[in-house]
Amino acid sequence: MGFASKSPWVIHYDASSCNGCDIEVLAALCPGFDVERFGIINTGNPKHADIFLVTGSVNERNISVVKQIYDQMVEPKVVVACGTCACSGGIFHDCYNVIGGVDKAIPVDVYAPGCAVRPEAIIDGVVQALGILEEKSKALKASKRGA
Amino acid sequence: MSFIPVLIGTVAFAVLAPILGCLLAGLDRIISARMQGRVGPPLLQPYYDVRKLIEKDDVTVSGVDGIYMTAALVFTAFAGGIFFSGGNLLMSAFVITMAALLFIMAAFSSRSPYAEVGASRETLQVMSYEPMVLLMAVCFYMAAGSFMVGDVFQRNVPVIVYTVPAFVGFLFILTIKLRKSPFDISTSHHAHQEIVRGTTTEMSGKTLAKTEVMHWCETVLFLGWTGMFFLWSNPGSIVIAVIAALAAWFLEIFIDNNFARVKWQAMLKWAWVVALVAGGINIVVLMGVVF
Amino acid sequence: MHLIVFLILFPLVAAGLLLLLRSDIARNAVVCVSAAVIAVVSIVLSVQYVGTGWQGFALSSVVIDFVGIAISVALAAVVISFGIKYGNKIAIALAAIQVVGSLVFEFGFAHGLHVETGLYIDSLSIIMALIIGVIGSGICVYALGYMADFQKHEPEGTKDRRPTFFALMFLFLSAMYAIVFSNNMVWVFTGWEVTTVCSFLLIGFTRTEEAIANAFRQIIMNILGGIAFLVALYVAAINLHTLSFVEFIAAGVRAPHLASIAVCALAFAGLTKSAQMPFHTWLLGAMVAPTPTSALLHSSTMVKAGVFLLVKLSPMLLVCPPAQEMTILVGGITFMLCSFMAISQTNAKRVLAYSTIANLGLIVSCAAVGTPEAIWAAILLVIFHAAAKSLLFLCVGTAEHHIGSRDIEDMDLLFDRMPFLARLMMLGIMCMFIAPFGMLIAKWATLVSFVDMHQFILVLLLAFGSAATFMFWAKWLGKLSGIAGSPENVEITVHATEWVAMYVMAAIACFACILLPLVSAALVEPYIGMTYGSVVPGITDENLWISSILAAFVIIILFAGLGASKKKRVGVYLAGVSVDSDARVYRNSLSGETEATSRNMYLDSIFGEGKIRRPGEIICSAIIVVALIASGFVPPVLL
Repeated sequence: MGFASKSPWVIHYDASSCNGCDIEVLAALCPGFDVERFGIINTGNPKHADIFLVTGSVNERNISVVKQIYDQMVEPKVVVACGTCACSGGIFHDCYNVIGGVDKAIPVDVYAPGCAVRPEAIIDGVVQALGILEEKSKALKASKRGA
Repeated sequence: MSFIPVLIGTVAFAVLAPILGCLLAGLDRIISARMQGRVGPPLLQPYYDVRKLIEKDDVTVSGVDGIYMTAALVFTAFAGGIFFSGGNLLMSAFVITMAALLFIMAAFSSRSPYAEVGASRETLQVMSYEPMVLLMAVCFYMAAGSFMVGDVFQRNVPVIVYTVPAFVGFLFILTIKLRKSPFDISTSHHAHQEIVRGTTTEMSGKTLAKTEVMHWCETVLFLGWTGMFFLWSNPGSIVIAVIAALAAWFLEIFIDNNFARVKWQAMLKWAWVVALVAGGINIVVLMGVVF
Repeated sequence: MHLIVFLILFPLVAAGLLLLLRSDIARNAVVCVSAAVIAVVSIVLSVQYVGTGWQGFALSSVVIDFVGIAISVALAAVVISFGIKYGNKIAIALAAIQVVGSLVFEFGFAHGLHVETGLYIDSLSIIMALIIGVIGSGICVYALGYMADFQKHEPEGTKDRRPTFFALMFLFLSAMYAIVFSNNMVWVFTGWEVTTVCSFLLIGFTRTEEAIANAFRQIIMNILGGIAFLVALYVAAINLHTLSFVEFIAAGVRAPHLASIAVCALAFAGLTKSAQMPFHTWLLGAMVAPTPTSALLHSSTMVKAGVFLLVKLSPMLLVCPPAQEMTILVGGITFMLCSFMAISQTNAKRVLAYSTIANLGLIVSCAAVGTPEAIWAAILLVIFHAAAKSLLFLCVGTAEHHIGSRDIEDMDLLFDRMPFLARLMMLGIMCMFIAPFGMLIAKWATLVSFVDMHQFILVLLLAFGSAATFMFWAKWLGKLSGIAGSPENVEITVHATEWVAMYVMAAIACFACILLPLVSAALVEPYIGMTYGSVVPGITDENLWISSILAAFVIIILFAGLGASKKKRVGVYLAGVSVDSDARVYRNSLSGETEATSRNMYLDSIFGEGKIRRPGEIICSAIIVVALIASGFVPPVLL
């Protein structure tokens, strides 16, 4: 195991969630689930974060914001779509302004479904994401060495 | 040359302080978590964080923040080296201020509005604690008869006997120096009370790792200052000093977890009032009584 | 001795020549050559006499005395004619009092007193000569380029008064040499008055309403000081029967009750010249003058004459409590309050002015504390302040001509637009306030001597004042260090003479910091040894070496480390969608574009001039009045 998976810092963005999933994300940080046990910290700053947690569907208005946050995160990075809306657009998928799931804007690595997504599902998703993060980290190291 | 011990001390500090500081930081996170009814991360979590940051890609906004932080680290190491080799307390305080200045410049160099807010607040923090640091050093000088930290081992009583008010004042500004709540206004370790990330907003990867390591070293150095008050010619006093430093550190964690951030006006006002009252009274007494 | 006479007279010749020359090329040649000659001769002189103790040179002549009288009358005439022209009655009255007073003194009292050794040299005057000769003449060279730009900015058809300007600058240098090398107190007084009137003319140089008003403010305050100096001369002649400075000091130390009034009056003169509260407003007002004038007034001449006098007086202050307390308190209070007020200023030149006044306050109170350590600190402060402050003024002057503003907020991105100038400015700022640079090392010695002398109030004033110092310099430094990545270099049009002068100042500042232990041993300690017999270095050699190593490290980082980085460059985080991250423009919630701006903190509600200036002036005035009264009325028994 490298260090990338031992210290996953997340940034959480509410694209157009009904706030149900957001509450669950925060619940995961609270004493009941205490994800800091795994070194997970909510940073609120894309430049510090490794994992991008997006809740809610992407719409015309915020797609550029989602893209920008993703671009500003420093490699290696992974994206976890939290909740049904983030995965596919959910019940809002045919709204006039909704584009769809987060994968319409940026590459998504892990889908964590649920309405609202349960903290266990979020943690599960993040743990899966860690494996992907680890691989990306190795790839980055290899490319650096090569270059 | 007489400054060789300082250079040796600097190298030793540069190696040992990060180890000790990292363990303290890990313990801090566990204790904080327990205070909040959580389990908290593993003890070595800060080490994992820094190793991860080093593995991240190298990107920068200004192109110079990395070099500023490297210089800040070097100055922190020197400050520690000067202090722990028994050198001059005032010199140590001045050199660590230079490290703070370089940190501020690193934040300013990005021209990010958030980093600039953080950097401005960091200058306010320095301005708030600086009088008390100077007066603390003056009280130490008057009580110990010298600024040389090593000289405390030649005295029959610990310095604290003469400097209780100054020590209390120092504990007050220690909260600012360690950037603990309620005075963590430049950059907070708690995301929920921060505007983005204050001073470190634009730092990432290795540069951010350097700020973490610098904070570890600072913690060790400031706890060293705390312990210094309890040393005298008895070798056993080192144990007492370590216990006192750890107690002060525990107190800071306790305060950190129990107070919300204050406005800068309150910080400036209280820090200066404490410096004036605690430092002033102590100096008056020392000028009148000891000499 | 010939070199000393040469140093006093040569700038006069240069001044005369410059007054006559109208062509740019000839002026450039004369200024450069004379500046080089003055600098080289000053250095040769100091190498020749370095480390030697007090050495007097017999020089006295009735002719010189009469020349002195003629100068006094001429100066009064200048002030009175300007007073009549601009209708300033106070200035006329003061100038009249002074000229009548000095004529009465010259013909009534001084006649019988003969000073054999007219000139002298010691370690302190060597240091001053180096400062005047190298930094002062460097500023004159800088002024060539600056004044060429200045003339360009003037409206069409304005008379080119540059000959007068340069003549005054060199006259200034000559007067300063007269002050630092004369043992005859009357000659010192003459030099003193010449500097006062020179700066009067230089401040009023632009002839705008503001400039004239400020020039008169300066002349009124400084003639008050001049009259006090005259009072001291009377006392010296009547009570102590000597006009030789060295004998005056010796006699005063032996019989303090006879010299009490003279010491107090001289200390008062020193306070006015070094712009201490409540007289600080003249130095702030002097900012209206062209920048080289400010640089000259602040760093190497004028105000340094004031602290020079006080440092020399130091042994007498120790035996004259009213004068000592006055100087200590006024200096300390000025240091703290002016550091506070500097926080609230956005105008770079005003920040510099406040910082000068604050530092002078520190030097003044060190001189008054009068322990060997304090004097050591005072002299080092004089050296470092001269180098760093002149560098800063020159940088601000050049920046002003190229970015069109002297506001610190407009210096955003200076690091990109004028990369080398910004680094020089950063060096100057760091030299002013932070360890490991010399200025802070001197401040440290100050602190130690204040504590040793149980100056409780001074310790507090120093602690709080220093904290404020950090704030106002650090935020300026922060503004300078910003980098956006789309540089448009506007530096290429800076005149070569300006670069040369700035390099010289920067080199002096760097060498003085890195070679601090040597500067201390070679230049400062001999004076302490000579004056006090014993050398107690304020700070051990070991610490000096540590600071010199660290200073070298910072300088290397500043000039070599802050280069282009190979790392990937990314934009700033603007909590939304950036449109142009170099310009900090983002898309706002209404799909419009907003620029994120941030200003430094100026804390005007806490440290504003409106809150601090008045109380400070009242307190300091009260202290001065009480001290002057006490020096006159306390019976000798109590002293």
